[in-house]
Amino acid sequence: MGDNVIKLDYVIPGDDFSVAGEASSNVKKVLNQLGIPPFIVKKATISMYEAEINSVIHAGGGNAHVEIDNEKIVVEITDQGPGIPDIELAMQEGYSTAPDEIRELGFGAGMGLPNIKRYSDELEINTEVGKGTTVRITIRLKA
Amino acid sequence: MKVAEFASKLNMRILTGETGLDREIRGVYTCDLLSWVISHARKDDAWITVHTNLNIVAVALLAEISCIIIPEDISVEEATLKRACQEGIPILSTGMNAFEICCRAGELLKSTGSNLAL
Repeated sequence: MGDNVIKLDYVIPGDDFSVAGEASSNVKKVLNQLGIPPFIVKKATISMYEAEINSVIHAGGGNAHVEIDNEKIVVEITDQGPGIPDIELAMQEGYSTAPDEIRELGFGAGMGLPNIKRYSDELEINTEVGKGTTVRITIRLKA
Repeated sequence: MKVAEFASKLNMRILTGETGLDREIRGVYTCDLLSWVISHARKDDAWITVHTNLNIVAVALLAEISCIIIPEDISVEEATLKRACQEGIPILSTGMNAFEICCRAGELLKSTGSNLAL
């Protein structure tokens, strides 16, 4: 690909839970079309899906920006939500602040951030209470 | 084993027409926590879930699941079926509960050697 960088941008709607996951599904298609190995596609899309769902559940949606070059996939999900007061707690598997109606849909098991950590090569979370959160996920294409 | 043969042998109804019937089933997975499913289900598993909302299609796609099985005759929203058709994910329905499906599917996959773990 040389110096080529593919950039993709998505708006993640916050008011419509039914379309949650569309951005990551679309990115999956693009990555498959680029011929990226399936296990790397899986790492990238699972991480992105979890971050996307988090922005819908907790922040009324947000924006996704994806950059793919010949070395890595970088996914940045930004929201203007309430922020995360205690990152360490939020990273614990099983800890969730999702409301009951979200749990009834099968979400809110407290596995979102732990899943992102497990599947990404780098995870950077910038958050400020009352302002919002940016989750930056890097997946390397080469070992 | 192909989804079409699996559904026919276990008398399951196919809710999504011809969609994805030639996908291969190599195992069965049952769980209703979506985050757990996307990180633990294996490619080509048939996934049993009581959820019927649109999000199950996205999860099935990401986890590379071969088909979704809705147990106990739970009705499935039209929007979910439509999305599943668009994305090529078959949805099957049955009166059996998850345990019964696992037992029957286990016997079936074992008899055909589709799941090497059984």
